[in-house]
Amino acid sequence: MLNLKKDLVVIGGGPAGLAAAKKAYDEGIEDVMILERDFELGGILPQCIHNGFGLHYFKEELTGPEYAQRFINDVKERNIEIKLDTMVLDVTKDRKVYAMNKKEGFLEIEAGAVVLAMGCRERTSGAIGIPGTRPAGVITAGTAQRYTNIEGFVPGDEVVILGSGDIGLIMARRMKLEGADVKAVCELLPYTGGLTRNVVQCLEDYDIPLMLNHTVTAIKGEGRLEAVEISEVDENLKPIPATAKTIKADTLLLSVGLIPENELSKKADVVLDDRTGGPIVNEGRETNIEGIFACGNVLHVHDLVDWVTEESQIAGAHAAKYIKNSFAKTNKCVDVKAGENVSYVIPQKIELEAGDRKKIPLYMRVSTPLTAVDINLYADGEKLYSFSEPFAKPGEMISVPLAQKTLDDLDNLNEIKVEIIEKEGE
Amino acid sequence: MSKKYDVIIIGAGISGCAVAWKLARYNLDILLLEKEADVATGTTKANTAIMHAGYNADPDKLKGRLNVKGNEEIREVSKKLNIPYKEIGSLVVGLEGDDLSVIDELYQKGLKNKVKNMEIVDRDWLFEHEPNISRDAVKALWAPTAGVITPWEAALAMAQNAVANGVEVKLQTAVEDVLTEEGKVVGVKTNQGDFAADYVVNSAGLYADEIAKMVGIEKINITPRKGEYYIYDHAKDFAVNHVVFPIPTPISKGIVVTPTVENNLLIGPTSENVESKTDLATTKEGLKEVYEGAKKLYPDLDLRDTIRVFAGLRAADDTEDFVIEAAENVKGFVNVAGIQSPGLASSTAIAGYTADILRDEGLTLSEKKNYIETREEPVRFYEMTNKERAKMVDQNKEYGQIICRCETVSYKEILDAINSPVGARTVNAVKRRTRAGAGRCQAGFCGPRVVDILAQELGIDPTEVKQEEGNSQILEYKIKQLLGSRVMGNA
Repeated sequence: MLNLKKDLVVIGGGPAGLAAAKKAYDEGIEDVMILERDFELGGILPQCIHNGFGLHYFKEELTGPEYAQRFINDVKERNIEIKLDTMVLDVTKDRKVYAMNKKEGFLEIEAGAVVLAMGCRERTSGAIGIPGTRPAGVITAGTAQRYTNIEGFVPGDEVVILGSGDIGLIMARRMKLEGADVKAVCELLPYTGGLTRNVVQCLEDYDIPLMLNHTVTAIKGEGRLEAVEISEVDENLKPIPATAKTIKADTLLLSVGLIPENELSKKADVVLDDRTGGPIVNEGRETNIEGIFACGNVLHVHDLVDWVTEESQIAGAHAAKYIKNSFAKTNKCVDVKAGENVSYVIPQKIELEAGDRKKIPLYMRVSTPLTAVDINLYADGEKLYSFSEPFAKPGEMISVPLAQKTLDDLDNLNEIKVEIIEKEGE
Repeated sequence: MSKKYDVIIIGAGISGCAVAWKLARYNLDILLLEKEADVATGTTKANTAIMHAGYNADPDKLKGRLNVKGNEEIREVSKKLNIPYKEIGSLVVGLEGDDLSVIDELYQKGLKNKVKNMEIVDRDWLFEHEPNISRDAVKALWAPTAGVITPWEAALAMAQNAVANGVEVKLQTAVEDVLTEEGKVVGVKTNQGDFAADYVVNSAGLYADEIAKMVGIEKINITPRKGEYYIYDHAKDFAVNHVVFPIPTPISKGIVVTPTVENNLLIGPTSENVESKTDLATTKEGLKEVYEGAKKLYPDLDLRDTIRVFAGLRAADDTEDFVIEAAENVKGFVNVAGIQSPGLASSTAIAGYTADILRDEGLTLSEKKNYIETREEPVRFYEMTNKERAKMVDQNKEYGQIICRCETVSYKEILDAINSPVGARTVNAVKRRTRAGAGRCQAGFCGPRVVDILAQELGIDPTEVKQEEGNSQILEYKIKQLLGSRVMGNA
């Protein structure tokens, strides 16, 4: 067993972990280690070979591997220690990290601070309990993406996709480009789960039918998938039996949601938010456990990697402050609450001393699609101010800053609440 | 024809593997045949995984005689063969409004079957020991000798021990006929050629009636009886401490709520006769019945953290009993049929009973001198402490690479699963042996790695790697291959 000591241990070498490590380094913490379970850095980005990354952060359009490579280069230039093919097995609340790899064997690392950046996983067919058989050919869209773009295999040639999350939309186009017959993308809800630009560029441009209010009601086939039964659903999202029809398919890709991977967080007694599936954090992205921070998709599922980078820099900067002992909490905590039509807000609490309050953006998602909205902020029940947006979609994250006046006034507040409502009369 | 075997066993489910294991201690040439690519792929891989205590089986039936014996034997057998087994006890819980007299009847039946240590417990006991149980619970029959076991691992362990003692196992070998001469068994015809033998044991599960018909036995009639289930992630935060049954109905023990050996919560099964022996489809109605049934016992149980739904088929004979007997019309043919619940719990006893029949039929059972009693324990990272893992990695660095993150399965464990006796040839066979892919992401992350390792170890292309049986390839084309064929087709 190898015993190590590090100022900062970052668990996960995807976009979140890379940005957090880089930021912490630039804030003066040079003793940083990134632990990555895959054989390369970049997380999910290396398999995202399509473009559309970096428009906000770099103001240019990059592919996933390009976006990742910029941060990989940055981390390597800084000589940040990287351990690949290394699985973290355990994290304790006193920040001991237990990990393993083939080269060094078992590692016990005592960390000054820990950044959790493990990302998320895909919801599976078992988790949503689709009736029918369990043949080969039913896989999540992200796994299909890995097979296609990293391993070099195409799962099948007659494809149905369930769920209109971004990976599902991207894979509809990708399978089409590989010569597959993509028969339909079915979405249970009356609206898509992915970005508007993906609906246009991945489905409409390739004449792939998008079937809203439809779901897969049976999986058929003994060895390999032979067909799926799809049905329209009523306003309560219950399938209407009379509408059931069978589509011949050898491949069913699932894009039915992402789940933050917090099994390690739980081992360190990190408290999770039921709505996000990720840790409850303050504005520095510190969890309830002192010195353990979280960012990226392990915290909440993001729509764009650009926001992951932004958030991870916040976590990295505060982890650096924590290590330097310049991280101080006020005696009281301001709760940030999700009001009407808001499914969640990050951070869930504000509790750091005023010196840290230069800028606090609130990230949120709307729970249902709305048009012509007011985003209203309240402090202890009193309306502070509003932002207007032409529309709000659950698939697209919303970020609003807290005004300087509010920041200055925080010590006198108990609660900030955000609601998103459609403008009256429009 | 091949060399002549003393015994050919048809079907490598739990019963066939148990018979092979039992007979392997004697000086016999034995061949175990299985039509699929792995052992334990039929009823054995999809059931409630319970070692029943034995109070439910009819004392006048073979089930009643063999259940308690099997339950008692498993304690020692599971240790010798290193089969994961936990004696957590079972409860039959009566709720307000239920016919509570059934609990006393079961208790009496249990006494007749010589089930040990049973007790009738009251609601206070229940609330203390099953904190999530329905507040409507009145009393329960507690049978501390019931347990949970991993059924496919039990079958595999027995098959591996049998192989260590000289038994031959042939997979993907389907019996097409049983060969007889002058009213006596002489061998079997398969898709891999003919094999000669003096005795044939028919432990073909769902297909036992079809095999029996090959020698003119018409009285066995197997009806596939479907049971549907939900299984939860072991990380689900919901305590269930026993195998918990509702009050049984005349045809079924009802929807059970139980932890598995690996601490996954399991709920099910339904009980419905179906037409086809390959109908393993779950249904909307069945899954609803399972969930509602489980909710009666555990009202706070939800469907969060379920990771899979599945269905299995019980091999129910018309007699609703085990049919273990020598054929009257053909010498040397023994049926081990109709093995439904409590078949798993009875498996070692079924094997012993079968060996007795074979001896009565003239087979000489003389014990081997160098019989190997044990099976080496497979390394199971998922159940080790970090200290134990560190020690393993110090010994062999190939344990240091974790392939399945959800269940903590190392590269070396997967290599061992493929390269050990009765080795894994499919993705599901790797899953049964190691748990790789059995977790919350359902092989989303480790699937590509396992396919790659299987291809490398077996020397085949990844497009040839199968999930289980038939045409269950995971990947159909290499990149650009499909596109190429489409372009050529259009030209």
